[in-house]
Amino acid sequence: MANHGPNTALREETPVILPGHDFETVTETVAEIPLSKRFPLGWIGMLLIGLSLAGMLHMALGYLVLKGIGIWGNNVPVGWAFDIINFVWWIGIGHAGTLISAILLLFKQQWRMSISRFAEAMTIFAVICAAIFPVFHTGRPWLAAYWLFPYPNTMGLWPQFKSPLIWDVFAVSTYATVSIVFWYVGMIPDMATLRDRAVSKVKASIYGMLSLGWRGSARHWHRYEVATLILAGLSTPLVLSVHTVVSFDFAVSVIPGWHATIFPPYFVAGAIYAGFAMVLTLAIPVRRFYGMESLITMRHIDNMAKITLATGLMVSYGYAMEAFFAWYSGSPHERFMMWNRMFGPYAWSYWTLIAINMVMIQLLWFPKVRHNTTVLFVMSLLIGVGMWLERFVIIVTSLNRDFIPASWGMYYPTQWDFMTFFGTIGLFLTLFLLFLRFVPMISIFEVKMLLPQSKVKGDHAH
Amino acid sequence: MHTNEPTNRRHGVMAEFESAQAVVDAARKVMAHGFTKVEGYSPVPIEELNDIIHQTRTVLPKLVLAGGLTGMATGFALQYWASVIEYPMNIGGRPQASWITFIIPSYELTILFAALTAAIGMIVLNGLPQPYHPVFNVDRFAMASSDKFFLVVESADPKFDQAGTSEFLRSTGAKGVYDVDE
Repeated sequence: MANHGPNTALREETPVILPGHDFETVTETVAEIPLSKRFPLGWIGMLLIGLSLAGMLHMALGYLVLKGIGIWGNNVPVGWAFDIINFVWWIGIGHAGTLISAILLLFKQQWRMSISRFAEAMTIFAVICAAIFPVFHTGRPWLAAYWLFPYPNTMGLWPQFKSPLIWDVFAVSTYATVSIVFWYVGMIPDMATLRDRAVSKVKASIYGMLSLGWRGSARHWHRYEVATLILAGLSTPLVLSVHTVVSFDFAVSVIPGWHATIFPPYFVAGAIYAGFAMVLTLAIPVRRFYGMESLITMRHIDNMAKITLATGLMVSYGYAMEAFFAWYSGSPHERFMMWNRMFGPYAWSYWTLIAINMVMIQLLWFPKVRHNTTVLFVMSLLIGVGMWLERFVIIVTSLNRDFIPASWGMYYPTQWDFMTFFGTIGLFLTLFLLFLRFVPMISIFEVKMLLPQSKVKGDHAH
Repeated sequence: MHTNEPTNRRHGVMAEFESAQAVVDAARKVMAHGFTKVEGYSPVPIEELNDIIHQTRTVLPKLVLAGGLTGMATGFALQYWASVIEYPMNIGGRPQASWITFIIPSYELTILFAALTAAIGMIVLNGLPQPYHPVFNVDRFAMASSDKFFLVVESADPKFDQAGTSEFLRSTGAKGVYDVDE
């Protein structure tokens, strides 16, 4: 509907890609970056920051393996903390990529085409960062293989399939695999474009291998389009299931503050909300730095801000319902949990999250705000903070004061917690920068499909 | 992969077009003329091109359905076997074969197997990876991934003859016609 809706004529919207582009300019604009010999100074500087933080991650994890998980701050009663907060945070961020590439494809939203490739890259790198936390929380990641995956081992042990934690392993590993496959399949024709344009023999053969010898025949394209549509159809229920299953890690337990039926939809909405904020965080500087304003237009920025607002409102509804359920349940434990959240020792985290996720996002109602990339960029970073705090609130304030006052306790993260968390941000940054430099960051052939050159009139009504 | 040694064998004749519309119009004429061994090449997917030239649809969706069902069966069988037969654990007297708890891993494996079938199926049915193909011998074909559209009539076609086919392709509005070496 994006272009043909009845409203389009009335609302004068920015086009999906700015006028003046044809097939050649699209190819040129996008393919130039991976094929050029230049490494811009800004890129090198950011890469150094990313690598330093990733080095810190390496150190933090190395020390963890040496000493054990005691170096982290979580302990009874708060047995889960940064490890799962960061896991849920990263996994959630990934959701926007799949939403853009799968759900918006099924809805024929043409504006997704310029941003789908790097949103998918974001998904994959976010899932990689997420996976680090549970794997290293096991303390002995080399043993996690038989704890997590069902394979015949010499001890004759099998995982407990009735546990949400094992469901999570299946959901997240399927999500990671399908996302990588979808991403790669989406890149095959563009790899052929790079192969055909590369001047250097080395680049031509590397991109040639990655393109698998793609030659864009009618038969190829037909199967390709069918496969892409099916992958989108499969990724849609998958992405909705992943955060649902993540929420089961909490909802299936009996802890007040976790045992709530609203968790699955509330988590999925929160994931998409955080994910779109992250896409904005990445897209705003990238389009400016690489001069992609004609392909990633204000229309994209505006639409993403609108989705952020919509999902943010769903999340706000979730917060309201959590409070309502706690009161309406009549259970003293549920009521105390909510009181503790709002007025207990971690009240600052609850009210900060409400200030960001419920109050601040109301600014997105105003077109002026949605068209100001500086304000949006700052807001998107704050939303990242807000969603991190949401997981902090759900996890820490539910655990720190449970049923027996004698077992209450406070949770304080250690330097290793922070080093691991910021380290994963560095790892993400590093992977993302490498992606920007060596892979076409915008899907070349999909953007071309928006141009008149690829349109066919005929007796087929497509 | 370009081979420099001259060969007498021809893969066929290739015609170049400027737009999707032009290549589709030409493909209609080529098919109407009675050619059967034809292939179209384009930088973007053109649904009509496959409908006109090949008039068949891929079996991929059926393979994906089979893959998905296999995944579901695998997931359920794995869990049933591990939790009921091989390694039963009595936790609070709950039933071993509680199928409800097996839903999620079965669901995930359904999607996993189906998605892998879709991706690998597409690649394999397309005959990829295939580093060499005669069409790459034409220098202009490098533009097929950028902004030009091509039609190839293969020499295996019973109606193929070098000069006549080239002439015919020129008459369909081609911007250029090239011989494709084997």
